Amino acid sequence: MASILAVDDSASMRKMVSLTLKGAGYDVEEAEDGVDALNKAQLRQFDCIVTDVNMPNKDGITLIKELRELPNYKFVPMLMLTTESGIEKKQAGKDAGATGWMVKPFNPDQLLKTLTKVLG
Amino acid sequence: MLKEFESHDNNTDEKVDMGNLVQFLSFALGKEEYGVAILRVQEIRSWEPVSRIPNVPEYEKGVVNLRGAIVPIIDLRERFNLGRIEYTPLTVVVVLQTGTGNKMRIMGVVVDSVSDVVNVDKTKIQKAPDFGTKVSTEFISGLVSLNDRMVMLLDVDKLLDIDEEKADEN
Amino acid sequence: MSIDMAQFHQVFFEECFEGLEAMESGLLNLDMGDIDSEIINVIFRGAHSIKGGSGTFGFTSVSEFTHIMETLLDEMRDGRRKVTQSAVNVLLGSVDCLREMVTAIQGDSAVDESRVSEHKKALEIELNGSASTAESTQAPAPVKAAVVAKPAAPEFETISEGWSIAFTPYLDILKTGNDPVRLFRELAELGELTTTANIHDIPDFYELDPEECHIAWDLKLLGTATEEEVSEIFDWVKGDCELEFSEILLKILKPQEALPDTSEQIPEPEIVLAQLAPATVAAISASEPVARQTEESKVAGVKPSSSIRVDTSKIDTLINMVGELVITQSMLSLIGEHFTMNKLGQLKSGLSQLERHTRELQQSVMNIRMLPISFVFSRFPRLVHDISTKLEKKIELKLVGENTEVDKAVVELINDPLVHLIRNSLDHGIEMPDIRRAAGKSETGLIELKAYHRGGHIVIEITDDGHGLNRDKLVKKAIEKGLVDANANLSDKQAYELIFMPGFSTAEQLTDISGRGVGMDVVRKNIQALGGNIEIISELGKGTTFAIHLPLTLAILDGQSVAVGDETYIVPLVSIIESINISEKMLNRIVGKGETFRLRSEYLPIIRMHEIFNVKSVKASKMAEGTIVVVEGQGVRCGLFVDELRGQQQVVIKSLEANYRRVEGISGATILGDGSVALILDIPGLVRLSNR
Repeated sequence: MASILAVDDSASMRKMVSLTLKGAGYDVEEAEDGVDALNKAQLRQFDCIVTDVNMPNKDGITLIKELRELPNYKFVPMLMLTTESGIEKKQAGKDAGATGWMVKPFNPDQLLKTLTKVLG
Repeated sequence: MLKEFESHDNNTDEKVDMGNLVQFLSFALGKEEYGVAILRVQEIRSWEPVSRIPNVPEYEKGVVNLRGAIVPIIDLRERFNLGRIEYTPLTVVVVLQTGTGNKMRIMGVVVDSVSDVVNVDKTKIQKAPDFGTKVSTEFISGLVSLNDRMVMLLDVDKLLDIDEEKADEN
Repeated sequence: MSIDMAQFHQVFFEECFEGLEAMESGLLNLDMGDIDSEIINVIFRGAHSIKGGSGTFGFTSVSEFTHIMETLLDEMRDGRRKVTQSAVNVLLGSVDCLREMVTAIQGDSAVDESRVSEHKKALEIELNGSASTAESTQAPAPVKAAVVAKPAAPEFETISEGWSIAFTPYLDILKTGNDPVRLFRELAELGELTTTANIHDIPDFYELDPEECHIAWDLKLLGTATEEEVSEIFDWVKGDCELEFSEILLKILKPQEALPDTSEQIPEPEIVLAQLAPATVAAISASEPVARQTEESKVAGVKPSSSIRVDTSKIDTLINMVGELVITQSMLSLIGEHFTMNKLGQLKSGLSQLERHTRELQQSVMNIRMLPISFVFSRFPRLVHDISTKLEKKIELKLVGENTEVDKAVVELINDPLVHLIRNSLDHGIEMPDIRRAAGKSETGLIELKAYHRGGHIVIEITDDGHGLNRDKLVKKAIEKGLVDANANLSDKQAYELIFMPGFSTAEQLTDISGRGVGMDVVRKNIQALGGNIEIISELGKGTTFAIHLPLTLAILDGQSVAVGDETYIVPLVSIIESINISEKMLNRIVGKGETFRLRSEYLPIIRMHEIFNVKSVKASKMAEGTIVVVEGQGVRCGLFVDELRGQQQVVIKSLEANYRRVEGISGATILGDGSVALILDIPGLVRLSNR
């Protein structure tokens, strides 16, 4: 099954995402901020990145931007998890190369649906 | 050193309601026989040297290391004023669980020898008389007759006389 | 598939508390004159995180409340709103309220609704200048713009057969991880999809960049999907393509039912944040943030909990150590299998390796229980801020060495004594600004809370630059209270330690700030219960330092083994000053003190261990035959007369009270290498025993 990197500085959110996805059979790894995520993404190839936007050390948008610069992450689907629904944040995400976004709060089923959408 | 015990039914000629049976471990102190509820018996060991505790009653002999826990050893003969005897390699220590809930403790009692595990009909246990026994009634929860022997059933929780309030004081 | 969200709740609650602490700390550190944007960001993220999590886990009241805070903070971090002290105060109050809410939810008890709405109002006033009357806050919910229906023309009925979509992705669409094929897959779920690819824009093979998308598509989706549903699928790629929808309409003559005609222009489905409605009625006068009732409820103590969060690196170290231990064990087992004397060297080295690994393992395990003392210190900036405001004093708190690690039990138990000592400094130590000025000091008093390791101990110092202790006043008060003999000649240190005597606190000290009934004697008792001690250093006019010494771990003790007859006792190394040998001639008998001997400038009472412990097998009867161990406990010094000193070792403290009783003069027991039990001495208890 596909491998996913779940990035969020909130452990409870991370766990929720991770457990939901694992329950559906995905192989999930967790990272607690952009720096951690960038490291992990380079140690291993993930099929999809799911990341929060507001995180210390490196936020989600910068993370996506930097991941897109890596040759093996050019086309990997990357989803932003955000409570911000303002146009600018979404656009900033898109500009950075995000595939799409999910708005918090979401429930596990929505998460799975979105991932199926993205990964097939 | 654990010994194996055989269960003895007390009144084999009478029909006993199984629901009323409780099991006791019987042991000897001098000429008398005593019993403690088997559920309170953790194990049986032979006598080992104890580390003395200062300024406690004579019958509290000291403490030993029981697999990492510090456990007090009480000489029941001295507790019941039955006269001291010398300890021999055959002297036995019965390790008991006392107290309930979160006040559970473990302690060991020195006895002369251990007899059997006996099944006692709950309904046949009599209250202790106010006189006539060597041991003060505060320790005895009841008397029962087993094959013409009288066994005094001990209230394990009373054996270690810890005044809780005193213990908490500075 | 449904997941039980409750399993995440506990972690979420803990995160909330951490986030609230970070917010509080940030708010306290904001300097109005020089706003640090990073601090604002931290505070914002705290609110944002709590809002997100609480929404996800269904704690609507929390997410609604936090939403207002977040909005306020968002404006601040964007520079759209000036950071004012009043806003900070309101936010501080909200942090408290939020903390209470989360605690209530966690403990399954009722939330104080009136407090919540009070703080909500205060926040709204900050935000809008006035509070709204109606239930104005709503959790942001995805709101889809409604499809506007127009009445159909009466002559013709049109039925929608489906959609025709012209989809021309831009070149770089793939670089966002979006895949047209995936989009089509989704569309196909809505109805019957036919795709026609338009490939005439694809360049020559050699010019082709495979990472670019040069294909356009004409899509036909038959079915009952609404434009919304179709459009939604393209949500993510809207900026990266050209997209045209046209409905495939079939005109038929049907006079009866009016079919909804889709409007020409459907606004993009947008996520709309519910706005706070400005007050339509007369503005409610801004209410002051609620005055704090008692300090107790605000400065929450460190709750003793039965779980601990451990850095995974500590666990990894532990795993490694156990691995080493296992290797050493198998090696020893191998040697033991067919042992011959010529393997003795190997055995010895194996055993020494075992000893080393066991020691390291013990160290690592103890380390797991260690937490940075910041857990305790973090409460204090708030405490100092609030109390100094209340007292109208200017006081700054400086924290040093917050990363110093201590045992979890210490963290839990040291909080109360520290609170008391700090309150003491705030109330009685630091002077009012005008007095300070008159004394040539800066108006702002300084309290420094410092923690560091020294020689197997942790030292916590509370230093203030207040007016220090007045030894004469202290002595006078003690004499008045009958605590000390009028003629006693006390050193400065002994005078300072008078404040630890029970009953020393006077009426003037029993202010609300310092608390009733929690005297300094209790502070010292608490510290000693942890196996530590407290000393006072002070200089009149300059300030005072309380230095608390605590053992690094509570379960292990550095002990000096002593023999009294056949018994072995352990004397805590921390209480030993020195060991000496004296002769009978050096003994004095002093009325009321018993036997004493002179050590430098003091006369110390002698405690003959075999007497107070009734050890019949004692060997030394004369002073010269034994040794005196000079010890100190609870401010009292004495000499313990024992047969001889044995070795020094680290011992694991075992409770005597767990299965037995509390024994005066004994603080616990330990199991020696030979399996026997040795009792650990309690110096203050011994002193009490000997005084009887």
